[in-house]
Amino acid sequence: MAGQTLFDKIWDSHVVRAEPDGTTLLYIDRQLVHEVTSPQAFEGLKLAGRRPRRAGTTLAVPDHNVPTTDRRLGIADPVSAIQIQTLEDNCRDFGITLFNMSDIRQGIVHVIGPEQGFTLPGTTIVCGDSHTSTHGAFGALAFGIGTSEVEHVLATQCLVQKRPKTMEVRVDGLLSDRCSAKDVILAIIGTIGTAGGTGYVIEYTGSVIRALSMEGRMTLCNMSIEGGARAGMVAPDEKTVAYLKGRPLAPSGDPWEQAVKAWQDLKTDANASYDATVVIKAEDIAPQVSWGTSPGMVTGVDGRVPDPKVIADEKTRQATERALVYMGLTANMPITDINIDRVFIGSCTNSRMEDLRLAASLAKGKRISTSVRAMVVPGSGLIKQQAEAEGLDRIFTEAGFEWREPGCSMCLAMNADVLQPGERCASTSNRNFEGRQGAGGRTHLVSPAMAVAAAVEGHFVDIRHWR
Amino acid sequence: MQPFTQLTGLVAPLDRVDIDTDQIIPKQFLKTIKRTGLREGLFFDWRRQKDGSPDPSFFLNQPRYQGATILLTRDNFGCGSSREHAPWALLDQGFRCVIAASFADIFYNNCFQNGILPVVLESQHVQTMMKDVISQPGYQATVDLAEQTVATPEGTTYRFSIDPFRKDCLYRGLDSIGLSLQHEPAIAAYEARRKADAPWLFSDLRP
Repeated sequence: MAGQTLFDKIWDSHVVRAEPDGTTLLYIDRQLVHEVTSPQAFEGLKLAGRRPRRAGTTLAVPDHNVPTTDRRLGIADPVSAIQIQTLEDNCRDFGITLFNMSDIRQGIVHVIGPEQGFTLPGTTIVCGDSHTSTHGAFGALAFGIGTSEVEHVLATQCLVQKRPKTMEVRVDGLLSDRCSAKDVILAIIGTIGTAGGTGYVIEYTGSVIRALSMEGRMTLCNMSIEGGARAGMVAPDEKTVAYLKGRPLAPSGDPWEQAVKAWQDLKTDANASYDATVVIKAEDIAPQVSWGTSPGMVTGVDGRVPDPKVIADEKTRQATERALVYMGLTANMPITDINIDRVFIGSCTNSRMEDLRLAASLAKGKRISTSVRAMVVPGSGLIKQQAEAEGLDRIFTEAGFEWREPGCSMCLAMNADVLQPGERCASTSNRNFEGRQGAGGRTHLVSPAMAVAAAVEGHFVDIRHWR
Repeated sequence: MQPFTQLTGLVAPLDRVDIDTDQIIPKQFLKTIKRTGLREGLFFDWRRQKDGSPDPSFFLNQPRYQGATILLTRDNFGCGSSREHAPWALLDQGFRCVIAASFADIFYNNCFQNGILPVVLESQHVQTMMKDVISQPGYQATVDLAEQTVATPEGTTYRFSIDPFRKDCLYRGLDSIGLSLQHEPAIAAYEARRKADAPWLFSDLRP
């Protein structure tokens, strides 16, 4: 009998019923909810007179609209304030657990799920947010859904799905010094393209993935959607178990022992096969910098901005030309010649302790360029607290960075943290779309280490050779 | 949900690849707690020039495309964010059908929840239609869900594939939550089985 992939095992254990044509009612173990994509779902429940089937499988937190400045001042934008109030009202009306804006546990939805131990191996996890793929780092099947499906899960604890295909992305070898999970995932997206994973669930395998910390695996899985895959996953191992042990919402006692035993089986069998396999050599991965307006428009820091003239495919050429105009870059310029105005360290991609510790270790004793404004936005209140206990906030502020309250912040600029038109930002976030960080703003996606070096120098530098 | 059976309508061209949902509707319009009224946010940054005035070169600002109900575009339409505000805004503008060479998964799903038919045609057929839509003012197409066809004014008919279950739901305008709730006994039976195998997943949160 053919073996099963990690994905197959999780999928099969969540099938409530399957039609002959493959249409499957899939059970959902956990749902995360934030203020932006949930109001219409709760409204739908109310209009239909429905109640959540298992309200206790849902955890809610405001993150997109929250200010990253002093929370005691409230929210200046009345429309944002209404959206957050609506989340609080809905959670109260439907009996859903909420970490509100003044709760130390508040933070970015994809940071707090793992931090609380709400994210567990072998589970199905959804959220009205495409970066739900983050939770796949724990060997969960986690994917983003629309608001109608948020309502569907609340009402039924299920989703109607067709089985996706599986793709293995194997990264073997040794990463260069100071190359990180962020560089790995950007290089993967640069290889497969932004639609390369459409219709697939990715499983990341190989020695480089095994060597990543849980935080690195979260960074990796987080950006699966930027490669078109709704979900990305890494098989759980002893690092996964060690990370989860003792977390507030993780099981404890006998159930913990039972869970850990069950998780041993959550790996792809040796005789299983994937629908597609992509192999990447770690030695080929330089620190990455995106130059365009799509995450696939990315290259090594030692590279140059591409020249549309030499691109044969017409559509790609046009898209490249358009991106260079928007980004204000000229063909063939070295990436290290790109000067920046802003630096953003944060987002569900790179705002965890490991990111902040690394960034602080590089910022220590340095001073950011006088032409740069830089901010650090921790992923959660608990991360902020821990970072301050370790003195990281002082290192950042002494180097000239702003130290902020937790939230999504300038990753999508729904709150007051916004790029001005034409401003150029080195950002540890996940999307460099036109206007993503503010209308007319120009985003370059990089790792936290690359962001710190760019903040200090005022332009991109190769972190492998930076002292 | 409004059923989708057959639609004959003006086709509007958006000749770009990889259009992400941030372009379809930018963040400032996501603060709403309603599904309606999102039309003003549709392609907000592309509709306007730097001074804020309407950009006459953008298709939505051109008189010839007013009243269009079918949007024709290229590869990987709707990539990026899962925001359902993207199909809501398209619907609010009057689009009931989007024809593209390919779609991003989440956007594709979201269309079906809102009575919008996403049609995937081969790149070469999209290319032909794109050329004709731009060169022939008043270009109308007929999209037939039952037959799974797109008919052009020249009399060419392109067939498209669609998942039978989704097709049925869209064709009849079914409440998908209501459909799932009909399987309540199966859901309850699953939960009982699962609880025996994985009891740690059943200690639910209490607010």
